[in-house]
Parts: sequence; structure tokens; C-alpha cells
Amino acid sequence: MRRRDFLEGVTAGALTFFFTTPVGSAPIVPTRPGAYAEDLNAYLKISADGRVGCFVGKVELGQGAMTVLAMLVAEELELDPAQVDMLMGDTDLCPWDMPTGGSLTMWHTAPVLRGAAAEARAVLLRMASKALGAPVADLALKDGAIWVKAAPARRTTFGELVKGRKMERHLGKIKPKPLSDCTLIGRRVPRKDALAKTTGAAKYAGDLRLPGTLHACILRPPAHGLNLVAADTAAAERMPGVRIVRDGTLLAVLHPQPDTARKALALVKGTFEGTEPDVDDGRIYQYLVDKAAPGQRVMISRGDLAAGEKRAATVVEGEYRNAYESHATLEPHTSVAKWEEGRMTVWASTQSPFVFREAVAEALKLGQDKVHIIAQFVGGGFGGKLVGPGAIEAARIARRVPGVPIQVAWNREEDLFLDGYRPAAVVKIRSGLDAGRGAITFWDSTVAGVSQGEAELPYDMQTNRYQAPAVPNLHPLKVGAWRAPNAHTNAFARESQLDALAAKAGLDPVTLRRRLITDARLLRLLDLAVETFDWEPAPGPTGRGIGLACGAWRQGLVVAIAQVAVDKTTGKVRTERFLEAVDVGLVVNPDGARQQVEGAITMCIGQALSEEIRFKGGRILDKNFDTYLLPRFSAIPRIQVVFADNATSVTQGIGEPPVVPVAAALANAVFDATGARVTHVPFTPERVLEALKRVPAK
Amino acid sequence: MPTYQLTVNGRGRTVEADADTPLLWVLRDTLGLTGTKFGCGQGVCGACTIHLDGQAVKSCQTSLKEAAGHAVVTVEGLSRDGSHPVQKAWIAEDVAQCGYCQPGMIMSAAALLKHKAHPTDHDIDEAFADHVCRCGTYPRIRKAVKRAAGGVK
Repeated sequence: MRRRDFLEGVTAGALTFFFTTPVGSAPIVPTRPGAYAEDLNAYLKISADGRVGCFVGKVELGQGAMTVLAMLVAEELELDPAQVDMLMGDTDLCPWDMPTGGSLTMWHTAPVLRGAAAEARAVLLRMASKALGAPVADLALKDGAIWVKAAPARRTTFGELVKGRKMERHLGKIKPKPLSDCTLIGRRVPRKDALAKTTGAAKYAGDLRLPGTLHACILRPPAHGLNLVAADTAAAERMPGVRIVRDGTLLAVLHPQPDTARKALALVKGTFEGTEPDVDDGRIYQYLVDKAAPGQRVMISRGDLAAGEKRAATVVEGEYRNAYESHATLEPHTSVAKWEEGRMTVWASTQSPFVFREAVAEALKLGQDKVHIIAQFVGGGFGGKLVGPGAIEAARIARRVPGVPIQVAWNREEDLFLDGYRPAAVVKIRSGLDAGRGAITFWDSTVAGVSQGEAELPYDMQTNRYQAPAVPNLHPLKVGAWRAPNAHTNAFARESQLDALAAKAGLDPVTLRRRLITDARLLRLLDLAVETFDWEPAPGPTGRGIGLACGAWRQGLVVAIAQVAVDKTTGKVRTERFLEAVDVGLVVNPDGARQQVEGAITMCIGQALSEEIRFKGGRILDKNFDTYLLPRFSAIPRIQVVFADNATSVTQGIGEPPVVPVAAALANAVFDATGARVTHVPFTPERVLEALKRVPAK
Repeated sequence: MPTYQLTVNGRGRTVEADADTPLLWVLRDTLGLTGTKFGCGQGVCGACTIHLDGQAVKSCQTSLKEAAGHAVVTVEGLSRDGSHPVQKAWIAEDVAQCGYCQPGMIMSAAALLKHKAHPTDHDIDEAFADHVCRCGTYPRIRKAVKRAAGGVK
């Protein structure tokens, strides 16, 4: 499915439309991984009462997929989104889909679902035409009823049409409604999960309470690199009701009460052997540069760098770093697994039900048809729940205790220890500006720790080179995808470097970008941001503490403007105001999109100012939120969000783009406030004070 | 094992468990009230906030023995249909994203508004100092608290 097909017609091919079973009963045979189901029955079911069930392999992580996908179905079928029941992330009931990540729900799943709903509408209209004895063109539909326009008493309902009947229709290409006919898209629709999430009714993986559930607490090594070789479980086993399960190096203590299982685990004496990595949070940057060096590859190369450098009037050399950062979802990784009748069922906090199915099947040497993953409401993902080591642990334990539901709920220390972090990284850039201050004459970037992903923006910097390492297992700690992976590291480096070039050349940061931007959309967005912020840019540092940065995630563009106050005696940075102008094409649910942007700004204020995983060898020193510092209420500025109105019918994801430029805008604002360039994320008070010491006296 | 009497959401309950069992697990595992969440186990995230005699407390830091004889209210006790003024404001502002921290936030908001009908931004910062939300719903929580202001008895 090409993304342009969204709203512009979907090639559906020949289709069979059956109405045979009530919503949510007999499972559909799961469609093969790697391809979207072509049969609309995989996505939509109309029950006898006329409600529409929508089955998708995506999950609700808080990003609002449940609401926006229901809106698209409701739009085609002329329903209230409340009449669409979403069933998400059940690998037996839902057609295959990719993980919920990468801001891809709106790119990939939405057009498929919209095509299925458009076809369902056409089928229902044909059925009604036959039932009412009137041509389709004479019919109207709304809220699950279809009637003859000229004689509204001649009517039927979705429920009556499909009730107890089996039908087949073969339809060709069905076009979804043109944007001009849409009544829901672009309107504020309240979240479908709002009530459940304000009354405590929403069920997360840890809330299932299946009868007979045992809580499993797992013996962890004190450091990465160490493995369990022996354990003395005698004291734990003396506690009433405690069971011990071993599976290779996995040792779990089971009890019906979670706190008792924890207490019993504390009595287990483990012996661990192995080698911890010889590095810590201070030495990690040189470690990455050294380890990456022999494997550095030129990923992008254009023009003659030496010639470009000769033409440069202003040259800046910068090194930009970021620490490991945890996903730190408020809900730690949690799964419940049950082995019954040769089949493993796992209720999981997951972004990737189908990937979890594959991983659990592989770990237990089972066929994928013997594994059933049921996603629950997910208490935050951000990339951290794309992988499921906890689900595999639960399944391994459950396999040894047939018929008993096993809950593995990591505590906070485990979650911070076992997370696959945002990778620490170092980006070195040497670049120059011409005498006319209108062209980047060369740009030479080398990154260690992440890839060169999203390093480029549509700026006119034609002579360039980007290097990134092709070294397996570069990191001493486990790393993973963290909301807009690679992009925030590379945007921080690029946008800081441009700010430094502008300042050194005596140019304001907006004028430099206006001269460099080659893309009309980005240029309009820059103007929108600057106008909305109501700001007269001037060459920095101006003392006002205003900084700007641009960023992209796939086709989504963002311009961020931050205003900060810096306490020069303590080094504390306070964010006073933050604006993002966002262009993600057509915004289907504006309030939902706004929520994502507000959240991304907030999250990345933590990324920029306070969040860092400290470690020594394989030991993770941050064990809870008393030292791992997430942003709290007092850190939150006045936030403004503005969307580009660009009359497109193409829609893009919103989860990731607004993350990308936040740290860079804040760093540039710190420079504007103080003349000190902070180059190390997070810029904690200590690092700000160090940067202030480097400011040359006037 | 000892037994303890406590009132939960207006109903008398007898619980048999160790004295030092955190109230959080009593609520979730013994009484099946799973709206109250585990987030940190150390009282630094606020996800487990409940009311003990009308005060917002962290149920992971409150033992069964301490709660015995007192009135406990959980998010389910505000209302199951979303009709409590704070829940209504939460829905109207579409506060929740992942929703995991929200029961705790809602309980702190309800306790704050009971004591201070019209809190300032500073009051809100103070009342929620021990809470974290990873999705970044703080601006909407602020709006929802102000929307509910004056409506909590």
C-alpha cells in the first residue's frame, strides 16, 4: 500500500465479504506476517445490533491510535466513533501488523483500514439497494441506518442487513470519501479510552487477576555481564507457599502475593560469574569513539570537502554528546503467561504483539500458531516495549507450571536495569560558512553510538560527508529504539552546530536558516513558528534566552523555539516557554495530535536537562526515580503548539516528529541567554556551570 | 496470619495479611481494586496515590497495619461512571494518554480541591511534586484541576 493511496482511493482487488459470526467470536485465521490482510473481513465485523467491530494489530500506548483509527472507520461508514468497538493487538483475532512504533500507524495501517471501511460501505449500500428496491444512488446512510432519500420510512440498518446471513460480494477498487465530504476528519473527537482511564477500569497487563495467578520475581545479577551459576534457595523455600522455578540461568520465586514473592527472592543467595564491561558513564564517550573508529563508514558523501573548506570564511568544530537515557515508562514491563493444552497465551504490555509472538515461539521452540499474544492497554512505550524480554521470561516460567497463570511484573529497579536505553552517542562536526554568510561550504560529520539517520534536513549544504560506524555490539549496555531513534542525537548536533556558525558569523539563527532551507514546507513552517512566537531574532547571544531548532522525522517537520532562564550561580536551566510548529500533513484528530506534541516537549525537557543513566562497569547506579530525574510539574513551561495548514490529504505520524528538535532548541536558548554552549545532553547544572566557565571574558 | 478491618470505598472489609503488607498490594491483589497502580515502590512517582481519611497518601508506603481502622478511598471509589467532578474535568480536557499514572493524579487532585477550592499554579506544583507522568500530561492536568475547581465537596 502506497501512502498516497490514503484518501485517494485504495486498490482492494477482488474481495469476499462474509457476515457469518458475531463480533469477536470465532477467530480469524491470522494472516501471514509481512503483509496486510486484503480481506476487509479481517478488519471489520458488523454485529447484529449494528455496532462495528474494528480489529487491528496496533495497540493503544497512549498515543491515541484507538481513537483516530475508529474515526477513520466511522468516517467511511457515517457512524459516531462511539459506535466503533476497537479490538487491538490480539494475535489470534487481529490481522498481522507491524509493531506500533516509528509513527507508522497513520502511514501504514490507516490507509488499509480506510480502504476496508470504504469497501464495507459500498457492500452495505448494495445490500440495502436490493433489500429496499432502490438504486444505490438514491440511498442515504447515517449512524448505522440506510434509507431511501425520497422516502425515509423505507429504511434498514446495518444490523438487519447482516443478521444471520452469509453473503459474498466481489468489488473492485473502492475510493474512500473525498476530503471535502469528510465530517469527522479534522474535528476534535474525544478519546475513546478517556472514561476507562479516569475511573481505574482500564486494564493493563498487571491488572488481569486471573484465578490462581502466581507472581514471579526473578533473580537478577548485580551487574550486566554476569550470569547466574549457582543459587541457594533453601531459606526462600521454607516460606509457606513459595515455589522456585529454574530454567537455565533463569531463576524465579513464585507466590500468590507479589510482596511475599519479593521477600522470598531476597532470601535467595545467587552466585554470579562473568565479566563486566570496563567502562562507566564518564568514559563512555571516548569508549564509543575508539571502538567505532575502525568501523567508520562513509554513509553519504557529496562534493570536495577540502575545496569547500578553502571557501569557508567561518569554520566551527563541534563535538556533541548525549548520555544513555531510559524509556522509564510509568508501567514497568509486565506480562502474564499461561501454558494450557499445548498453547502459550501471553497477556502483555507490548508495542509489538506479532514480534512478541515470534520471540516467545522461538524461545520455547514452539510453532507461532502455538503462541497467542493479547495486548492490553500499555502504560507507555516510547520504543521500550517493542521488545519483550519480560514476556519471554513469563512464558518460560509458565511452560514449567502448566495451567497456572504466571505474572512477571518488573519493579522499577529491574525496569531501569533491563531497559534497552537510548544509545549514548558522540557527534563530531566540522563545517564552514562562506564570506557572504549564505552558504555552508562544507559539512563533515562523524557519529559514534547511533547511525546517521535523520542527520540531514533540506538545507543547502551540498558539500558534505557523514560517517557512521558499522560495528556490531558497539555499546557496553543494551540499547534500543527510543522515540525518534537517531534523529534527536543528530538534530541536536546539527542544530547546535548551525547556531554556533551563525553566532560566530554575526548572523541571527533565523536568517541563516532562511538562507539555507531549500524546502518550501520547512520555510513556511519556520515563518509560522517565528510569527507565532512573536520574536525579533538578533545575532546571539542576546541575553533573552531564546533558541530555535528544526527537525524532521520521515516527512514530518518541526520547528521549535524555546525560551529559558539560566541561573548562572547554580547552573539550573528553567524552561519558561516552548513553542512547536508542526507539519505532519493532514491532521485527523487535532486534539490528539496536540496531546502528542505537548507530551513530546515535556518528555524531552527531561531528556535535555536531567535524564541520564549513570553506570559503573555493568552496574546501573540509577535504581529509581529519586535519582533518575524525570521532568515534574515544576519543570513545565508555557507550551504552544501550532500545526501547518497545508491543504494536503496525506497524513503522517505524530508520535515522533515533535521529539526531535527539543534538546537543540533548549541548548541554543541557553547559548542565547549566557553565551555558553552546552554540548552534552543532558545539560545538568554541573555541565551548564562547566560551559559557563568556558565563556571568554569580554 | 493476623486480620485487619478497614473501610474501603465506604465498605467494611476484613483482610488477612501480614501487618507490613503495603496497602497497594492489599487493594490490588486481595481486594481486586486494580485502578491503583505500582510505579516505583518508593513513594516517588505517585501512581499508587489513594485517600486515607481524606488525605492523599502513597499506598506503596502505607502498611496494612497503618491503614487498619481508617477510611480508604481509591479511584474506583470516586465513581465508577466518571461522574466525580475531577473525573469529569479529566475527561473534558482529554488528559490521559497511556493513563497509567492518572488514577494517582486524580486522587491527588481530588484531595487538593477538597482542601483548597481554587488552587494556584504554585499550589498545583506543590500538591503534585511527588507525581510523574511520562507521557507529559502536566499542562492538561493543570487545566483539569482548574476546571474542577470549586466543584469538589
